This record gives sequence, structure tokens and C-alpha cells, in this order.
Amino acid sequence: MYNFEFEKPSSIADAVAALGGDEAQALGGGQTLIPTLKQRLASRTTLISLSNIPEMQGICTGDDGALCIGGATTHGAVASGAGAYPGLAALAGHIGDPAVRNRGTIGGSLANNDPSACYPAAALASGATLVTNTREIASDDYFLGMFETALEEGEIITEVRFPIPEVSHYEKFVQPASRFALVGVMVAKFADGVRVAITGASEEGVFRWTEVEAALSANFSPDALDGLTLDADNMIGDLHGSKEYRAHLCGVIAKRAVVKAA
Amino acid sequence: MPKDGDIKSGIGASSKRREDVRFLTGNGNYTDDINIRGQAYVFFLRSDVAHGTLNSVDTSAASAMPGVVQIFTGADFEAVGGIPCGWEVTDKHGQPMQEPKHPVLAHGKVRHVGEPIAAVVADSLEQARDAAEAIEVDISELPAVINMKDAFKEGATKVHDDLTSNLCYDWGFVEENKGAVEEAFKNAHHVTTLDLVNNRLVANPMEPRVAIGDYARSDEQHTLYTTSQNPHVIRLLMGAFVLGIPEHKLRVVAPDVGGGFGTKIFHYQEEAFCTFAAKACNRPVKWTSSRSEAFMSDAHGRDHVTTIQLALDKDNNFTALRTDTLANMGAYLSTFASSVPTWLHGTLMAGNYKTPLIYVNVKAMFTNTVPVDAYRGAGRPEATYQIERVIDMAARELGADPVALRRQNYVTEFPYATPVAVEYDTGDYHSTMDKLEEIGDFSGFEARRKESEAKGKWRGLGINNYIEACGIAPSNLVGQLGARAGLYDAATVRVNATGSISVMVGAHSHGQGHETAFPQVVADMIGIDESQIDIVHGDTSKIPFGMGTYGSRSLAVCGSAMVRATEKIIAKAKKIAAHLLEASDTDIELKDGMFSVAGTDKSVAWGDVTLAAYVPHNYPLEDIEPGLEETAFYDPSNFTYPAGAYACEVEVDPDTGKVTIERFAAADDFGNVINPMIVSGQVHGGIAQGVGQALLEGCSYDQESGQLLTGSYMDYAMPRADDLPFYSVDHSCQTPCTHNPLGVKGCGEAGAIGSPPSVVNAVIDALHSGGKKVAHIDMPLTPDRVWNAINNA
Repeated sequence: MYNFEFEKPSSIADAVAALGGDEAQALGGGQTLIPTLKQRLASRTTLISLSNIPEMQGICTGDDGALCIGGATTHGAVASGAGAYPGLAALAGHIGDPAVRNRGTIGGSLANNDPSACYPAAALASGATLVTNTREIASDDYFLGMFETALEEGEIITEVRFPIPEVSHYEKFVQPASRFALVGVMVAKFADGVRVAITGASEEGVFRWTEVEAALSANFSPDALDGLTLDADNMIGDLHGSKEYRAHLCGVIAKRAVVKAA
Repeated sequence: MPKDGDIKSGIGASSKRREDVRFLTGNGNYTDDINIRGQAYVFFLRSDVAHGTLNSVDTSAASAMPGVVQIFTGADFEAVGGIPCGWEVTDKHGQPMQEPKHPVLAHGKVRHVGEPIAAVVADSLEQARDAAEAIEVDISELPAVINMKDAFKEGATKVHDDLTSNLCYDWGFVEENKGAVEEAFKNAHHVTTLDLVNNRLVANPMEPRVAIGDYARSDEQHTLYTTSQNPHVIRLLMGAFVLGIPEHKLRVVAPDVGGGFGTKIFHYQEEAFCTFAAKACNRPVKWTSSRSEAFMSDAHGRDHVTTIQLALDKDNNFTALRTDTLANMGAYLSTFASSVPTWLHGTLMAGNYKTPLIYVNVKAMFTNTVPVDAYRGAGRPEATYQIERVIDMAARELGADPVALRRQNYVTEFPYATPVAVEYDTGDYHSTMDKLEEIGDFSGFEARRKESEAKGKWRGLGINNYIEACGIAPSNLVGQLGARAGLYDAATVRVNATGSISVMVGAHSHGQGHETAFPQVVADMIGIDESQIDIVHGDTSKIPFGMGTYGSRSLAVCGSAMVRATEKIIAKAKKIAAHLLEASDTDIELKDGMFSVAGTDKSVAWGDVTLAAYVPHNYPLEDIEPGLEETAFYDPSNFTYPAGAYACEVEVDPDTGKVTIERFAAADDFGNVINPMIVSGQVHGGIAQGVGQALLEGCSYDQESGQLLTGSYMDYAMPRADDLPFYSVDHSCQTPCTHNPLGVKGCGEAGAIGSPPSVVNAVIDALHSGGKKVAHIDMPLTPDRVWNAINNA
């Protein structure tokens, strides 16, 4: 690890100001950034910790009924505190291991947008709104590709607002080594339709499977997926699974998610 | 020697592992826990290319960096020896293997990703690392030789320019049998042929390697603290062959070691470097491997590509077996690399069967990968996997019952001289298979298969036998086979004045529980409490010259030395007792720690005799010396042959290809068992590693660039608790070894040897029960591979 300055502001305003510095980097739970720094794969002049900002912590219900989660809330806190949205709580409770869940944060995960992370599937399938220090971003506009998001330099996710579906389930088929999602499917059924988001599979990061959404909106049962397939071309192919295998798994895991959601 | 019933102490008791108290409370003393005043830290700059010409290494800027003590490159080691190989294999033409020099730091060329190019010694690790980044290395990259079949081709890029090719040796065994084997195949009623890969593994002990060199100018004394399974072997190899330090000026200490699995047998460059640099810098020099470094510098295991063929007659008797293997050596020959695919593999190709004719060919190849050497089982898992997969395949082709086909061909009369040069002293393969059928509940399998079907899963049952050669080894025999060391072991039993005992052993415990099991033996022999006895190991300044722990040899070889030394102690103590009791020593009996005169009520306690030995006021000084300390060296007359039968039941999810292990049973014959609980633990751990190989672990290189694709736990899948079921293990079938005093055979590797074939056999069986006629899938049987096999069937 290279030397760096460390700041721990106690308000969003102070954090934003600190992030205006040269080569400053926001630090959430550090579950990706710290190992990267330790391996000297990255170097930053200053790390701005977001872990001491009360207004970015905790879970509450908004006026519109949405579940609002502070950007610096840990996965563990969501697992135990998001009872109003059981599908989301269960998802959070199966990210990584207890050490990861006690450090990693929802804002950090969504800002990093790892193509195999769980939270992006939850945000996209829920039609969540990502609240930053400057604006609100609809999840449909937020995820721009592997490790790419709509966030501007120095912009912080302060809160994530999840509309609560009638039923939902996140089904994860794990990569055997890392136990990240080889394919993870979040299915969320709302009064006005079903949203389905898939992580782990695509070269372009998390995505919505709109054909399946339409089919499930008409008939919320696993049979609705019969005959629907994804093109393998855009899938990730690696040591742990070929493109064809991942395309196939998307269908299998989506069906299982529907069964468990129903 | 086996005892029945509830044994509370001594041989046969499940005494709790006393060493676990310190391990589990954070009080272990591992090498990294050792810090010497004034120590400096070393960071190795390692090659990030697989193969290239090293044009220059410019350390001038780096040397001026803060905290830098000294920077070393390959040029600094030109005057010292290379890292030696401990076993010379002779090829099928009678020629010695090709043996390249293995430099401490790369010189002239780099030959694998991770090879150390330069070493920075600095006041802190971070400073060393900073300076390493300022070293300018100029490498002209060369094509990487990764695939063994490519390496073997005419005109292939050579890993070592001074060798004639990438072929280390072409070994034929037994060469004289080759013609008869070919004839038997011509006359066979049925031939089963199987191409398979024994996947490359990374050992991954929980504790990474560490080395600390220390040097005292005052008495020219070198000390190396290192994570080793065999400190005396390291002292011999490094002192005599690399650095030229005489034994009396070199002490090697291997304190608590957190798992070895073979990869800590070998002498590594980092050990030689730290010892050398401590003198050069006149400061202690410490290196602690990171996990990333471990992946690219610890010797890997397995990596065989094989074609095996089994010939059967019309009655399903095995008539001949032949196998062709390409064995990966990596870029250099690690300490025992050459022996693993040859003598530790070829000699086991008879398995548990009376196949009369066997021919083994092994071509060992150099590639631009990390050196490959022994890993838990070393050669024997490779042999077992081939034999037990090809038998299973033959059974399927012939419509034979896989258990019956095996039973029909078992060796049943002992001693049995195999056609591959070894003699099994004893065994009873039917009895372990009987036990397996019982504990594996074979009769309930069909019902369980139907239950799985009802859930949409395919269930399979896989079985296999195994045999291994342990207790390595008769020194005169292995000397003829090319070993450059003796393979005896040694123990010194030091009885203290008040009767407590310290036993200094050549074996090294790095998880095996020697500190508990070894005292059980001595306690049993003398009849005193185990708590009166402690084991001392891991320090060449304290222990006799023993060869360490690997190949499931500790109890069979070092334990036998300990028995011999204890026998000497008892014989001398009887003389002392006879003097005290005014009787003839031939009339003295020792029972429960009391010496008595046969047929009388005259007796003297153990502690009184030991006190007399050290306070010899009333003592036969004219006949015997004072004191009570004896050493014995033990060189076994044969290997030991643990054997057993394993069964695995799996469920396959046909939609995802995911395999889950539902049941696992192991029936082992380890001969006599000293501590059943420790033996069970060894089998449990071995099965975990075997299941890891079968389902999860696979070290992978990019075939073009030679980059390590599985360089961390993000991509290298280790087995975890939830990958494994509860095991049924049994070691009640005991045919004691006939040639060592304890009748023990060794249990450390059995689980890792015996489990991979049963897992793969089970998956193939499951696919067939799902109607998919899949003949074979190479390990690891990842969901992706299994799904592809299902899809292509």
C-alpha cells in the first residue's frame, strides 16, 4: 500500500468538499478499494471515509412508502434492518461473508458496480432511485457497464430509495472460488408489472431481461420463461463458465427466483 | 497390539491433541511470530512474464531509496550453487535425467511468472517494496512453453537453452515387461482406454512460507528459521549444495508450522537467500510470503496428462495395464519433483489388483510454469485415479458390477510381489470393501436414488479402492532408484532424573498431532502417564539427524526409531532395577511403571530407577554408565501399504451441472492405530483435499502468455465446510504392518489419494442415471464442465 492521507468527515457537505481535493477518493466499506490499494494496483493521495456521516446511515421508510437506505449502511445492517423488503434483506444477508457484510456498504457496492455484485441487481430490479449529493438518478439511467456508472467525479451516493415490490426474490448461483454471483437474478413483482435484473452474466454488467419481464407481468409463473433465451454473445466467458453456460443459467436461475418469489 | 474396548491412555486411546491448546488460543509460535532484534525485511521482485531473456537489472536508483540496506540480483549468486534436486531419475535408455541449474535469483533468463529476479533488503517491508518498484528490469519476452504436448513437439521453444529439449526424462517401467504387455493387449478380450488429466493444484497451507536468516559474526553461526517439514533436510541441502556452510555452523529451526501438504518439504530459493543475505548484510533478514506470492512460488502439485489402458480376458480378469503420462516439472526441478511421477507413481500402478503385466511410461516435461513437486499423496493419487477410473469405465462398458469387478481381481495372498517392483507385506481388500458396503449403506442407495429423482436430481454412487506406499523408505533401495539421501529417521529418548521424558524426533509435526500421539507409544511401553512425556522437534540443534515428515512416514519410520530407543532405555533401566533389587536383569519385568522381580513381591518404581541413573550412589558403575538417554536410527526394510475402499454419493443438478456430495464413506486399513481420533481427523482433512481436487481446485495458466489465471482465491476454489458432507470413516480393518515394531502403516495421505476417483465415478454414475452416456469428465468437475458434458452427451 502506498502512503495516503486519510480524512473522516462527519457530514455530506464536508465529504464533498474533501473530495474536491487532488486525487481524493471516497472510501465506503473498503471491501474492493482496500485490497486494491494493498496490492498497489491503485494509488490515491487522500482517502475520504464515508463511514462517520450520520445522515448516510440507517434505514427508514419514505413518504411514498419506499425503503430508504443510507449510502454508508452496511450489508449486515440491511440484512437485519430491511424487513419491510424481505427479498432485499435476504440478498444483503448473502453478500460475501460476515466480515464483508460488517464493513461493505450499499453505496460503495453500487458506486463500484462490479459486474458480479449482488446490489446492482436489486437496485435495477426494484427500479430504485439513487440519491447523490447533487441529484436523484433512476437505476435505469445509472448502470452504464462493467464498473461504469452515471456518477460524476466526486459525487457520493447518499441514499438509495427502493420501491417495495409485492413479492421478490434474489437467486444467486455462485462462482465456486469467489462466491460472487456467476449468475444472480433479482425478480420483483409490482402492481404495475414485473422487473427482472441479472448480475454476473453480461459483459455489459447488470441488465434487465425485458422479454422475461413482459412474460412474467402477464403470467407470474416459471412457465412464463419457457422458450425465452438470451444471446450468448454478450455474456462473460471465463474459467468458471462459458458464455453459453451463463446464458443458459440466466434462464434456470430466473425460473428459480420466480418460484421462490411466488 | 490393538486393544479392545474403551482405551483411556497409551496406544489406541483417542487422547485429545495437546498441541491444540496453544494453536487454538493464539499461542502458537510460527515462523512469522519470530522477530529478531535489528531484523531487516526482504521483498522479492518477481518476474511478471513467463519466459524471457533478462537483459539487465538496474538497481542504481533503487539502491538510493530510503531504508534500503542492500539489493541483490542473480549476479550476486554466481559463486554459490543452484537449488538442488534430491532424486536422479534414469531414463529408459539408461541415461540420467536432464537437470538444469536452478539459480537462487534469476540469471540470464526468467522462466516462470513469479521467479525472483532481485531481492531488496530494507529497514521495513514497505521500503523494500518501494525500492523494488524503482528497479529497472529489461526483459526480451520469449514465447512461453505452457502446454506439455506443445513442449514435447520437435522444434518447440526451449525452457532451458543448454538442454537438448524440454524433456527431462523418458522413463519406462518396467522396460523389460513392455513386450509382454503389448502381447497381452493383442490377446485381450476387451480393452478399455481412457484419456485423463490429473489437474494441477496449489497446496495452499493456511500458513504461507516464511524464512528468517540470522548470522552471528562472533562464532560464524548461521541460523535459518523456516516453515519446513524437515529442518535437517534443509540444512543438508542448503548447507552442502547451495551455500557451502558446514553443518556445525548452520542451525535450521522449523517451529510451529501451519500445514505443509508436501509443499514445505522442499528447499526454496527464499531460504537460501535469507541465510546468504543475513551474513552479507550482517543483519537478520526476514521474508514472509504473501498469499499472492505463494500462488506463484510454492511448488504446485499433480499436473499429469495420461492415457491409460486396461486389458481384460473373457472372464473379466485384468490381464494387463499400460499407461502413458506427460508429467509437468515446471521450469526447474524442485527437490523431489523427479521422483513423484516415477517411483512414487509407477510402483503403485498395480493398485489392489493382481494384474500380471504392467508397463508405465512417463515423459517429464519442462514448461514455463512454477515447479511442480509432491503434494499430499505425491504420485499415488495420480496412480489411484487412473486405475480406479479405468476400472469403473471398464465395468460400465462390460455391464459388470463395479464392486464385483474389483473384488474379482483383488490381490488376496500376501506377501504379494507386484509386477511393478514392490512387495505388499499384508492387506485384506475384501474386508475393507465389506466394511465400506456396510458404512456406505449400499443397500439403501437405490431408494435414495429414487428420492433424488423425485426432486429432479440425478444421484450417483462411486466407489474405488486405493493402495499407497508409505513409510518412505528403505535407504539402500531408494539409493538404487536415484535418491540422493537416506530415508531413515531418528529419535533420542532422554529420561530425566525424576522420570519425565523428552523425546527428540526427526519427524516434524505441522498438523499431524505428533506431540500427542508419539508420547502415547512411549507411555504405553513404560507404563507411565502420557503427560510425563514431551516431544521435541523442528530444531537441528536439538534433534538427531532425521529426515522429517512427508509420505505418511512419521510414525512408521520415526515412531519405529522412537520404539527402538525406548527399548534401549528399558533394557538399561532393567539393569539398574536389577541392581537395586539385587536380582538378575533377566528376571526383571516392567509393568505399569514398576520394575519387579518375576515371581516375587520385590519391586522398584520407574522414578526410583531414573533417579538412580542420575544420582548413582547405589549403582553398578562398573557395568553401565550413569544417565538414561538413548538414540536410535531406524531404516525400514520395506514400504508400508495402507489400503482401503471409499464411496461417494452425489447429486447432480441437471439444469446447472452443480454437484453436491450427499454421503462419503471411507474404510481404511492403516494397520495398528495409535490415536483413532487423530487418524479420523487426518482422513477427514485428506478427503476435503481430495474433494477439492475433484470438484473445485484447478490451477490454470493462460496457454499463450503463461500468466497464472488462478492467482488468488477469487479464481482458485478451495473446498469449504459447506462443500462437504458428514463423513463415515472407519479404520477397524487392521492388518498390521509386518516389518515395523508398531505394526503401523501411515494415514496422512489416504484421504487425498482415495477420494478423487470415487467422486468422479459417482458423478459419471449420476449422469448415466439421468440417461446421459458420459464416459469421462476431467477434474475439477465444475458446474460448467458437468453441464457441458450433459449438453454434449
